[in-house]
Amino acid sequence: MEPHWKRFGPLDNIPVQGSRRLCVDHRLGPIAVFRMADDSVFALVDECPHKQGPLSEGIISGNTVTCPLHNWVIDLASGTAQAPDEGSTSALPVRVVDGQVYVGLPMTAEQAA
Amino acid sequence: MNMNADTREHLIVIGNGMAGMRTVEELLKQEPGKYRITVFGAEPHVNYNRIMLSSVLAGDKTIDEIVINTREWYEDNGITLLSGDAVTKIDRDARTVTSASGLTLPYDRLLLATGSKPLAPPLPGLSLPGVCAFRDIADVDKMLTAARTHKRAVVIGGGLLGLEAAWGLKQRGMSVALVHLMPTLMERQLDAAAGQMLQRDLDRRGIAFFTNGQTEEIMGTERAEGVQLADGRSIPADLVVLAIGIRPNIDLAKAAGLQVSRGIVVYDDMRTSDPDIFAVGECVEHRGQVFGLVAPIWDQAKVCAAHLAGDDTAVFVSQALSTSLKITGVDVFSAGALLAADEADDEITLRDDSRGLYKKIILRDGKLVGAVLYGEVSDGQWYLQLMRDKEDVSALRERLVFGRAFAEAGSGKPAGPDFAAMADSNQICGCNGVSKGAIVGAIKEKGLCSLADVRKHTKASASCGQCTGLVEGLLAFATGVDAKTAKKTICECTEAGHDEVREAIVAQGLKTMDAVRAAFGWKKPEGCHKCRPALNYYLLCTWPGEYSDDSRSRFVNERVHANIQKDGTYSVIPRMWGGLTTPAELHAIASVAEKFNIPTVKVTGGQRIDLLGVKKDDLPAVWGDLNKAGLVSGHAYAKGLRTVKTCVGSEWCRFGTQDSTGLGVKLEKMTWGSWTPHKVKLAVSGCPRNCAEATIKDLGVVCVEAGYDIVVGGNGGIDVRVTDSLTRVATEAEVLEYAGAFMQLYREEAHYLERTAPWIARVGIDYVKQRLVEDPDGRRDLHERFLLSQTFVQDDPWAERAKGAEAHEFAPLPALEEA
Ligand code: SRM
Ligand SMILES: Cc1cc2nc3c(=O)[nH]c(=O)nc-3n(C[C@H](O)[C@H](O)[C@H](O)COP(=O)(O)OP(=O)(O)OC[C@H]3O[C@@H](n4cnc5c(N)ncnc54)[C@H](O)[C@@H]3O)c2cc1C
Ligand code: SF4
Ligand code: FES
Repeated sequence: MEPHWKRFGPLDNIPVQGSRRLCVDHRLGPIAVFRMADDSVFALVDECPHKQGPLSEGIISGNTVTCPLHNWVIDLASGTAQAPDEGSTSALPVRVVDGQVYVGLPMTAEQAA
Repeated sequence: MNMNADTREHLIVIGNGMAGMRTVEELLKQEPGKYRITVFGAEPHVNYNRIMLSSVLAGDKTIDEIVINTREWYEDNGITLLSGDAVTKIDRDARTVTSASGLTLPYDRLLLATGSKPLAPPLPGLSLPGVCAFRDIADVDKMLTAARTHKRAVVIGGGLLGLEAAWGLKQRGMSVALVHLMPTLMERQLDAAAGQMLQRDLDRRGIAFFTNGQTEEIMGTERAEGVQLADGRSIPADLVVLAIGIRPNIDLAKAAGLQVSRGIVVYDDMRTSDPDIFAVGECVEHRGQVFGLVAPIWDQAKVCAAHLAGDDTAVFVSQALSTSLKITGVDVFSAGALLAADEADDEITLRDDSRGLYKKIILRDGKLVGAVLYGEVSDGQWYLQLMRDKEDVSALRERLVFGRAFAEAGSGKPAGPDFAAMADSNQICGCNGVSKGAIVGAIKEKGLCSLADVRKHTKASASCGQCTGLVEGLLAFATGVDAKTAKKTICECTEAGHDEVREAIVAQGLKTMDAVRAAFGWKKPEGCHKCRPALNYYLLCTWPGEYSDDSRSRFVNERVHANIQKDGTYSVIPRMWGGLTTPAELHAIASVAEKFNIPTVKVTGGQRIDLLGVKKDDLPAVWGDLNKAGLVSGHAYAKGLRTVKTCVGSEWCRFGTQDSTGLGVKLEKMTWGSWTPHKVKLAVSGCPRNCAEATIKDLGVVCVEAGYDIVVGGNGGIDVRVTDSLTRVATEAEVLEYAGAFMQLYREEAHYLERTAPWIARVGIDYVKQRLVEDPDGRRDLHERFLLSQTFVQDDPWAERAKGAEAHEFAPLPALEEA
């Protein structure tokens, strides 16, 4: 299904090598966007596959984030934990158009309200 | 491959569970390629660790994490997996099996591993939605769905499974009642005393118990609504979980005319009454015994695989077994007999109610035949080994119940297990059947160096956790030699060690992380979560005022200036200088707690007050209010100066020799805000009674009539280390100079994340004395450098953020409009 795109303002609202949580109440769980040193952007359900730690609070390097609670390393593109840990969180589509960040949420317009 | 061209014998396995697949794994190890293998599994999954369903239910693991073999594994090993297709018939004359989907396949050898079925008594209401057993993934799915949509659960059955189900559902937020037919819990594994202690502990954790409860009916029309007991009690419920026992799954075997009793009868070689048909696991009965734990099943799998591989000598012998419960924080162990069988048996009991400890051992003819432990179970495996070895323990009789360390003290044996002498086949982890050889092998091959890694790769201690101590010991044993010779690099991004990097930063004038990484040829251009915080600290320490801190290389606590909690909220600890506070400060803390609905207010072990459970978005406002009363950040989150604990000292105490409180305040005013390799804690005690515990601090001062004793390198924590004495001085000014110089030496020379205790253990106290005591000029220089660096950091980080700095850290991004 085509995701439902929402705009979350300018890319500069997100610190480089940093992250912001999003104000959306989504059935998948809390969502966060991540901005890399090269300005590429990823979005994940903000719950570590280990014990739901907030990944948005982790240290970002390369295309990975390290969970602040017990140091699992999560791949930002896929949401998958690096071996030997196993598990994954959902990755959502993101795009930056004219410096504005859009996140694709898998849901209908009514749910998005 | 053309199936017809494959002339190998065809082995069909019925049951894709723990026993069947373990047998296949063993067979692949012993004789890979001997058979063409087809596996039928009634469940629509690959095989998974059924034991861990309890952990999945409790939220400690996901289904993905408990998969044992992935689809690729089956493919890679040429095994045909027909999952979601149960075998419905075995035709022994035609030597074929037929499945529910209508497939009929010929076999040369057959392996039955059909496990068992949950017992379901003929209760009215059993088929209502909202009623389930606890056996497979489908059951766990039902329970998790119920936990999301409903509130109340009743578990019927107070054995291992029932208790783990109740605990899991409780963890998932349901209110849980447990009905048990007998007067005490787990009566087959625990005696009455231990069963009662268990019930009391779980009762405290919020599970309601209905013992002596005979279930008469599950009430409800559309779905389960409650449970009616025979004595008239009734309990409302939206979910009813039946866990009253299991029955070997023998239907297929019986219909095929194999010899069955309670289970499918097997001989010592794991053959059934038909020599071409084997059986393993919970479906079998061996010498009158049926099985419900994996440890003996692993032995069966080995023996069965040996015979399938062509080795006719292997024999299955049933060994003494132990049980434990996988509920976090509840330690139960039992093995062998629970009670003395007759007067010749000796029961020895140790009970300490206030500590929640209970130990009972049973001796027969000088040998150990049973053990029940509650509260402290680390000796369980040792008792089990004594039972299995049938060793004569008469000589240890009086001391045995106190545990291994005590019993063997003075007996000439080493106090811990002797890993060098232990055979490779010695089983360390009973749940997962992992031997010493397998663990040591994995440690060596994969270069494992932490308990977590060993768990991940071998599964040892990953189930009930009781063998954790043994696994840790083995890890130390296996890595001991290497640990000494291996060079400690900062992290996997580089071959460089901490000292080299620190020296290069100074010598080559490296002033950015990129410059450091370039100088040493870092493998990852951005580094990782281990090296980034280290480099950030080294640069900050070397170039005060010049290098600007990189918040993106800081652990969340140091970035947002509060401690993250397990649920993602934060704790806020304002500074209380030297442990002193005022009515005004207390008022301010109380108002903040009320205004922001802060759930917990706690006095910390560091002589100040912790506000726990603060929402992230509230942090700046909380700090703003605290600032108004003069309260500033206590840096409880920092690799930096934490606290300076004091006692009342000469101002009030009848023994006080100096003003320890006042000196503590001065020390804290001088040192607060500093960044250090690891956290730093100070304390000042007013006399050698040492009420401020100064002798386990990074730097402690013990006041005496003649002045001040300065002690350094102490540590609480896991490995308690008492301080080394540095020197005795006469004045407060000297104490301050020594303290500043000590801080700076530690800041400049220790490795990141190395506390003063391991640092001094590494460099030696003599070195520290040489730099601080024997070299007064050097000491003054260090102290000066410390004071200089302090001028750049003594700004309250809370005040800046309360005024709006780094607002992006605290507020989430709002959605603007639809695209
Ligand atoms: C809050 C407090 C417990 C309490 O309620 O009393 C506490 C809480 C934590 N301690 Fe502690 N320690 C607290 C006093 C202590 C003490 C007692 C003391 O300071 O006199 C010790 C033993 C003394 C020592 O440090 O040597 C102590 C030894 C530890 C250790 C072991 C340190 C070691 O070197 O072995 C850790 C683990 C670590 O730092 O890696 C630790 C780690 C922690 C962490 C940070 C765990 C974590 O990473 O999340 C806890 C943070 C909870 C939070 O978010 O608030 N805590 N901790 C105490 C805060 C004191 C304060 O006011 O700042
Ligand atoms: C929640 C839970 C917690 C547990 N905790 C522990 C513990 O802590 N320690 C411990 O030692 N043990 C524990 N156990 C017990 C342990 O899981 C079992 O002893 C073990 O799984 C038995 O292995 P098995 O292969 O005989 O049976 P199973 O693992 O049940 O495998 C049998 C498989 O055969 C399939 N099957 C049945 N009939 C057919 C058919 N006709 N055709 C095709 N497939 C069929 C079934 O669907 C099943 O997948 C626990 C069990 C549960 C349910
Ligand atoms: S001892 Fe310290 S680290 Fe452990 S639980 Fe208590 S506060 Fe947390
Ligand atoms: S919650 Fe993320 S590592 Fe534990």
